[in-house]
Amino acid sequence: MEMNEAVVVEGLTKRYGALTALDGMSFCVGRGELFGLIGPDGAGKTTLFRLLTTLIDADGGRAAVDGFDIRKDYRLIRKRVGYMPGRFSLYPDLSVEENLAFFAALFGVSISDNYELIAPIYRQIEPFRTRRAGKLSGGMKQKLALCCALIHRPSVLFLDEPTTGVDAVSRGEFWEMLGQLKNRGISMLVSTPYMDEATRCDRVALCNEGRLLGVDTPQGIVSRFDAPLYALEGENMYGLLLETRKMPGVVACYPFGESHHLVGCEGFDPHRLVGELERMGFCGVSVRAVEPGIEDVFIKWMSHE
Amino acid sequence: MSNDPIISVRELSKCFGDFIAVDRISFDVARGEIFGFLGANGAGKTTAMRMLCGLSYPSSGSGTVAGFDVMREGERIKRRIGYMSQRFSLYDDLTVMENIRLYAGIYGLTRRQMLRRAVTVLDRLQFRSEADTLVGGLPLGWKQKLAFSVAMLHQPEVVFLDEPTGGVDPVTRRQFWELIYEAVADGTTVFITTHYMDEAEYCSRVSIMVDGQIRALGVPADLKRQFAVQTMDEVFRTLARGAKRSE
Amino acid sequence: MRKSFGSFVRKETLHILRDGRTMMIVLLMPVVQMILFGFAISNEVNNIDVGVVVPHPTESVRQAIERISSNPYFTFKGYLSADRIDQALRQGEVDAVVVFADDYDRQMDAFSRGEGGEKAIQIVIDASDTNTASAGAVYLKSVLLEGHAGVVSPETHLLYNPQMKSAYSFVPGIMGMIFMLICAIMTSVSIVREKETGTMEVLLVSPVRPLWIVSAKMIPYFTLSCLNLLSILLLARFVLEVPMSGNLISIVGVSMLYLILALAFGLFISTVAQRQATALLISAMLLLFPIIMLSGMAFPVENMPGILQVVSCVVPTRWYIDAVRKLMIEGLPFVAVLKEFFILVGMTLMLLTVALRKFNDKLE
Repeated sequence: MEMNEAVVVEGLTKRYGALTALDGMSFCVGRGELFGLIGPDGAGKTTLFRLLTTLIDADGGRAAVDGFDIRKDYRLIRKRVGYMPGRFSLYPDLSVEENLAFFAALFGVSISDNYELIAPIYRQIEPFRTRRAGKLSGGMKQKLALCCALIHRPSVLFLDEPTTGVDAVSRGEFWEMLGQLKNRGISMLVSTPYMDEATRCDRVALCNEGRLLGVDTPQGIVSRFDAPLYALEGENMYGLLLETRKMPGVVACYPFGESHHLVGCEGFDPHRLVGELERMGFCGVSVRAVEPGIEDVFIKWMSHE
Repeated sequence: MSNDPIISVRELSKCFGDFIAVDRISFDVARGEIFGFLGANGAGKTTAMRMLCGLSYPSSGSGTVAGFDVMREGERIKRRIGYMSQRFSLYDDLTVMENIRLYAGIYGLTRRQMLRRAVTVLDRLQFRSEADTLVGGLPLGWKQKLAFSVAMLHQPEVVFLDEPTGGVDPVTRRQFWELIYEAVADGTTVFITTHYMDEAEYCSRVSIMVDGQIRALGVPADLKRQFAVQTMDEVFRTLARGAKRSE
Repeated sequence: MRKSFGSFVRKETLHILRDGRTMMIVLLMPVVQMILFGFAISNEVNNIDVGVVVPHPTESVRQAIERISSNPYFTFKGYLSADRIDQALRQGEVDAVVVFADDYDRQMDAFSRGEGGEKAIQIVIDASDTNTASAGAVYLKSVLLEGHAGVVSPETHLLYNPQMKSAYSFVPGIMGMIFMLICAIMTSVSIVREKETGTMEVLLVSPVRPLWIVSAKMIPYFTLSCLNLLSILLLARFVLEVPMSGNLISIVGVSMLYLILALAFGLFISTVAQRQATALLISAMLLLFPIIMLSGMAFPVENMPGILQVVSCVVPTRWYIDAVRKLMIEGLPFVAVLKEFFILVGMTLMLLTVALRKFNDKLE
């Protein structure tokens, strides 16, 4: 059954001295799945990627990529995975074409062998193929890096924070490209610190400080939010935040975009809260029930830790 | 405190050769505002921010920050502002306290002032037990909260924050924003760039830069109404999608 | 896999070619060093201005003066009266004065018969630079006494390098230093740069073996160093006029072995350093000082205190310089440097083994 999974992770642990970067993580990525690893800096995402791409050795647990054990069969794994590290990892002094040709040769293929796979992405940067990679814009660098990671047609693609530091528009474009690749049958493990990108994935794992908070489809994760959630608005938002937190029945209250999100305990009465706040002198207070998002779940799970 | 805008910019431009990085931008920031300075990668945000911080000279146009001319009084501006960026803020190989002492020294605080403010900062962050910890060993979110507090140590009139929350977890990110709210409640003006569009909603006003120009400027709620969309994310996408250049 | 190796070498070559400034430094550094050491900072006998005091001009005095003025290392500045010697030296008109005796002819006859004649000539020389002065005096004397060679002179005979040309002895030293520095710094920095930028991660997560990565990196730098070897040898032969009396193939062979050793050193450094700055610092600390101080390049090994002589044995450059000196300057055959050769072979193998073992195909 393991052969049917692109990635299997069981109790994987990695320690750096006193710091446990990865603490017994377990999950599976199915074939052809676009799997998101969502968590902030320090969640252990990069460590997990380095373990799965066989760059470092685990201290405990086991994992398999494309059916091969990361410890025993690491040379076989290296033939069939693609890896795009978090940092820009191309040669800035080589041209677009030279970079691509080099990475193709690294895996013993030529550009033409798998051109049709990268074509939709590569065509966007092909007009600049003689330009040095260091002179490309951020978005184009990313596209080139993706082409280079794909040129040997990997069965599993690892993308470590490909959208970090990238503006919202380029991020959207990048996820659309990943969607297209998924349709070509490539399994992908993508990490991101942006919670709003979770909805782009088939399934996501929320992680924090080396541990998994939960794994599910984005809808599944959201449905696990089991408390009444409200959006609170009014004038003097900061004062509202501080006072609401002290109110009875309020489990948590935190800024959320234009409003504050308020997690109530069972049987929470929003009208009473509005009345209380208005009595304290707050104007224009409104409270309405809202659907939770991934970020609400993350915050809730994090505070339960 | 006067009612003059703390930052006032008219037709400010910066060219590098033929390339116009910042193209005649004009705006005011009132005292006590949280001003969100948004834009796609390469839109010219960093260049504009450098000019406002007295780090580079404008090619043309005029502007004042905290009452000083960005063209002639860069050095005086630097003393009145706080600055924090995601890339560089604190020294990893110094302890929390050593970093505080260093910045207090840079801004000419007396020893007594330094100690008093250090205690305030450490208490507010609940960091007292970590005073002798190396900054390099702290989680990113803690570092960023500390970096912000250090940038506020000399009680600047305006603080510039360049993507201060990138990669920080959602809970700490919100704690960071509460620090910002608190600073604003004390009368500081905050000028901030971010890639998180939900954070754009926390700002009193935002400007959105595209291709070196400011294409939208206003209160988030008004901008959303103007573009007939639900979130700032959509406002941003609508504007940035038409961008001709990137980074 | 041959294709991927070829493209690896191509890529490394492109890196070198694209960084034109560094390449120029690497190619020009040896030339500049050779010229600097060869001419400018030389303490050799060169351009010595000579004045003469001649009380009784005779045919043999004229011949002696002719020998001085026709020698390329001396410039004949003219005749002086005996009371102006001091003044002329002080004012820098001349560097040396040759005073011929009143009875020069008779003294020389006596000298030729081995019956004294020590007072035939007196050499007064500006000794503010003692090295040049003593070397100049010795050489001046040998030039003056030419044609009286049948006599056993009490002076030391200077073999192989009668003009005491420092360029001769410096050439092997420069070669030893330059090859080590260029190869070690360039390889270590280029490997560490890939670690620093993150490309090494991508290279390791590919089927290519570390040995390939490393050898592909070494080939272009080896080629570049061979160009340096060529330029140094050409400069030495045609500009500094080092005789190159030895077997050229042996010189090149030993040098290439030394190049590989230096590349292995660079590889070793790259396994220790994580940042380019560290790699540079280690190269400088680990290589530059020991090479200059202990290799015999600047100070003869024989003159070092015993403990330093022992330490100098682990400096590969010492053996290389020894070997090249023997081959290039003394003109000895290859068998004369077998000891040095095998020591270098041993060191190369050891370094390569250690470096390759340390150069993991994992990140840690």
